[in-house]
Amino acid sequence: MDKIRQNLFIYSVGVLFIIILVLAAAGVIDLYIQTVIMFIGVNIIFASSLSIVNGYMGEFSCGHAGFMAVGAYVSSVLSVTLFTANKLTGAPLLPPSLSVVLFPVVILIGGIVAAIAGLLVAVPSFKTRDDYLAIITIAVNFIIVTLINNMAVVGGSRGFMGMKKVLYAMKDVVPFPYILFWVMTFAILTVFIIRRFVSSVYGKGIIAIKQDEVAAEIMSINTNRMKLVAFMFSSGLAGISGGLFAHVIGYVNPGSFSILKSTEALVMVYMAGMGSLGGSVISAILFTILLELLRPFQILKWVIIPLLLILLMQFRPEGLMGDKELPDFFPKLKKYYKFK
Amino acid sequence: MFTSFFQNIINALQWGSFYSMIALGYCLVYGVLRLINFAHGDIFMVAAYLGFIFITFLFKYIFVGGGVSGWLILAITLPVVMFFTSVLGVFIERVAYRPLREKGAHRLYVVITALMVGLILENGNLALFGASSRKFPAIIHRSVISFSGVHITNLKVLVIIAAFVTFAFLQAIVNKTKIGMAMRAISYDKFAIPLMGIPVNKVIVFTFILGSSLAAVAGVLFGMSYPVLNPYMGMIIGWKAFIAAVVGGIGDIKGAFLGGFLLGFIEILIVSFFSSNLKDLISFLILLIILVIKPTGFYGVAKSTKI
Repeated sequence: MDKIRQNLFIYSVGVLFIIILVLAAAGVIDLYIQTVIMFIGVNIIFASSLSIVNGYMGEFSCGHAGFMAVGAYVSSVLSVTLFTANKLTGAPLLPPSLSVVLFPVVILIGGIVAAIAGLLVAVPSFKTRDDYLAIITIAVNFIIVTLINNMAVVGGSRGFMGMKKVLYAMKDVVPFPYILFWVMTFAILTVFIIRRFVSSVYGKGIIAIKQDEVAAEIMSINTNRMKLVAFMFSSGLAGISGGLFAHVIGYVNPGSFSILKSTEALVMVYMAGMGSLGGSVISAILFTILLELLRPFQILKWVIIPLLLILLMQFRPEGLMGDKELPDFFPKLKKYYKFK
Repeated sequence: MFTSFFQNIINALQWGSFYSMIALGYCLVYGVLRLINFAHGDIFMVAAYLGFIFITFLFKYIFVGGGVSGWLILAITLPVVMFFTSVLGVFIERVAYRPLREKGAHRLYVVITALMVGLILENGNLALFGASSRKFPAIIHRSVISFSGVHITNLKVLVIIAAFVTFAFLQAIVNKTKIGMAMRAISYDKFAIPLMGIPVNKVIVFTFILGSSLAAVAGVLFGMSYPVLNPYMGMIIGWKAFIAAVVGGIGDIKGAFLGGFLLGFIEILIVSFFSSNLKDLISFLILLIILVIKPTGFYGVAKSTKI
C-alpha cells in the first residue's frame, strides 16, 4: 500500500497518458485540442532541454531554436525520403509500413545530429563565458538558419513538406494517433531523463559549474567535459523537439526557427525560474495555452505576453518557481512522489 | 576593379557607421550595468519612426509651402527625436530595469526583461501602424559627387561623419568628464561606488539618455539613407550590432566602434564578391572564429575569476 502511494504521481501521469490516447483514438477530443496537446508536449521538451544549460548550468544560451531546426530538418528529410514517394529519391527507400516501427528512430537520429551540431556551441564554451557565449549561441542560430535558407535540396526558404504523408502511411497500417503518442512519450521521457541526470552525482557537476566554475574545477569536476555533455544533451533534446514539431505541423521552413523561437524558449525557462524542471514543464503548459487563448488578439498577443512576463518579474523576480520544485511548495506532495 | 573596390569601401563605411552607432549604445549600457539591453535595436527602430512622424508633421502643418532647406528640417528633427527617444529609454529604465535591480534579481532576468521590452516595442508598433512598410520622407536632396567612377552621395558623407563625431564625443565624455569617470567607476566596482557618494541611479539614467540619443541619431540617418521603415528592422540590425560590439570587445567604446565597422566591411565585401544570400552565414562564421580565437574580443580585457 505504501509503495502504491509513493508512486502515485507516476501512476497518475501514466493514467492521464492513457486517457488522452484513448479519447483521441475514439475521436472524443477533436483535432484542434490534440494539436494543442502536441504543442504542449513539444514545448515541454524544448523548454526543459534549454533549462539544462540556462537553468542548471547557468549559462545564457539564446540560440536554442537553431538546434531545433537541425533536428526538424534531419528527421523530416529522413522520414520523407525513407517512407514516401518524393522529389529527392523518387520511390520510398523502405516499405512505408515500416514507418510505424522506425518513426521514433528517425526522430532520435534527428536528435543525435542536433547534438553533434551542439558541438558548435560546446567547444567555444570551454574558453568563453556568460555574455560572450550568449553571442556565440545567437551567431550559431543565425548560421544554421541561413545555411538551411541556402540549401536548395531541402527547399531553401520555401520550406520542406511531406511529413503528413508519413503520418498517413503510419495510419494505413493500424489507425492510431501515433504522433500524439510519440510526442507525449518523448515529453515524459525527456522530463524523466533530465530529472535523473541533474540529480545524479555526475549531473550535479553542472550545478556546481553554475555556482562557481573555478571551485568546481578544484573539486575535481572536469568542467570541459561537463559542459560538452550538457550542451550536447540539451541540443540533442531540442533536436528531438524539432523533429516532433515538424511532424506535428507537417511543414517546416527556416523562418520558424528564427531568434523569435529561441526567445520563446527563453521566456518559458525564465518564467519558470532558473533550475526548476517542474517549473519548466508548468510554464511550457501555461505558455502554450496562453498563446492559444490569446489567438483572437492576433498581433497584440505579442504585446500582452511580454507585458505579463515583465509584470511577473516585478512581483517574483526569481520566476514562478525560482530554483524549487513542486514538492518544496506543497510538502504534502512528497508522500505521493518518490523520485530520486 | 579599382573603382568598384573603392565604391565598396565607401558603402562599407556607411553601412558600418550604422552598426557602430548602434553598437556604441549597447556598449555604453553594457559597460555601466553589465546588462545586454536587447531593447536597444528596437529603440533605434522607434527613433526612425519618430523621425518619420515628426517630419511628416512638419511638412503637413508648419512648412506647408515647402521651400525650406532640408538641412534646417534635419537640424530641427534631430534634437526633437533625440529628446523623445531619450524619454523612452529612461522610461524603460525606470519602469522595467530599475525595480528589478533594486530587488536584487539575477542579472539574466533583467536581460530577459530587456528582450520582452523589445518585443513590446516591435509588436506594439506593428499593432499601431500596421504591417505595411512606411516610406521615410526625403528631406535632403541627394547630390552625387563622383571622381574617377567612384560615386559618393552627400548622405553617405553625412552618415560617416556623424558616426565619427558621435564616437569622438562619447570618447571625450567617458574619458574626460567627471560623469564619464563615474560611469567607468560603476562598471569597475558597483558595490564600493555608492559609498563614495556617487549617485549611481543618476549616472545610469545619464547613460540611458546618451545611448538612446545615439540610437536616435542612427535611426533618423538610417531612415534618410534607406527610406523604407518596418517594425522589425531594429531587431535584426540590433542583434548584429551587438554581436559586432562583442567582437570588438564590449565594455570598451573603441571596441564597439571598431566591431561595427568590421561587421559592415565583412558584409559589404561578401555581398559584392559572393552572394547576398550567404551574407549572414559567412559574416557570422568569421565573427565566431574571431571569438573562438580571442574570447574577449579585440579590446576586451579578460578578468581573472576568484573563488
